Amino acid sequence: MARVVVDVMLKPEILDPQGQAIAAAGSRLGFEGVEQVRQGKRFEVEIEGELDEAAYAEVRRMAETLLANTVIEEFEVRPAS
Amino acid sequence: MTARVGVVTFPGSLDDKDAARAVALAGADPVPLWHDDADLKGVDAVVLPGGFSYGDYLRCGAIARFAPLMGEIVPAARSGALPVLGICNGFQILAESHLLPGALTRNASLRFVNRDQVLRVENARTAWTGGYSERQEILVVLKSGEGCYVADEQTLDHLEAEERVLARYVGENPNGSYRGIAGVTNEHGNIVGLMPHPEHAVEALTGPSTDGLGFFASILTHLGARTPEPA
Repeated sequence: MARVVVDVMLKPEILDPQGQAIAAAGSRLGFEGVEQVRQGKRFEVEIEGELDEAAYAEVRRMAETLLANTVIEEFEVRPAS
Repeated sequence: MTARVGVVTFPGSLDDKDAARAVALAGADPVPLWHDDADLKGVDAVVLPGGFSYGDYLRCGAIARFAPLMGEIVPAARSGALPVLGICNGFQILAESHLLPGALTRNASLRFVNRDQVLRVENARTAWTGGYSERQEILVVLKSGEGCYVADEQTLDHLEAEERVLARYVGENPNGSYRGIAGVTNEHGNIVGLMPHPEHAVEALTGPSTDGLGFFASILTHLGARTPEPA
């Protein structure tokens, strides 16, 4: 069994009001130097067998089809460390 | 024969009964359709109602998009043959299905908005808005937490150039939608997505107006014109 991580983030041009609210809360709480926060999602996908090129491609396909809406989001697929 | 308008129920749909009622008030036959049953039952048009299909898990509409019935709806709608109206969650499903451009995201205020809302109809030449006049202002109901319409600048310019912005919010932008967009249509004008709820504005007793009835009357006229009744 192997684990693959898919990170999904809103594209930079898409407004992220949740990230803005978090950044504002951060400043209110006195966390210094925080200029901006963008909120995203992390998926951990467990796959059968070895993490070979085919398995990796399958997760990539799932990320593109289901996990991310590529109209507004970008994703990155990587092996779990 | 009366036009038959299918109303799809997904797990978590809320406004399917109201949509069916609006269809009936306009004079068409509402036909209940089940998400898991890949059968359009020969309907002439389809309404994807509001609600929280699949609990809005992942993203609003992201899982409903892959329902077996959507496998029937998507190709028929994309070809221009099947008129489809997506309201609120239904609009989100149409966007997730890539039948309409852009996406619906969290309201800029981060608050759920529930209020009577004035819209300006920008395109009265679609299958669902033919009964309105261009730039007519209508009063309907807005109730959504993820109603902020977003798309990249190029897509927005393209939509405006092709006059595919269906309706805009009048007055203060209630959810941060780019360019105040409340609804859009596809290049054939058979697919319409609208964030506010026309089906909640069809009777004086329960709605702020009866302005919403126009969507359901329009499709009836559209279908009548397309398939003339035998003499």
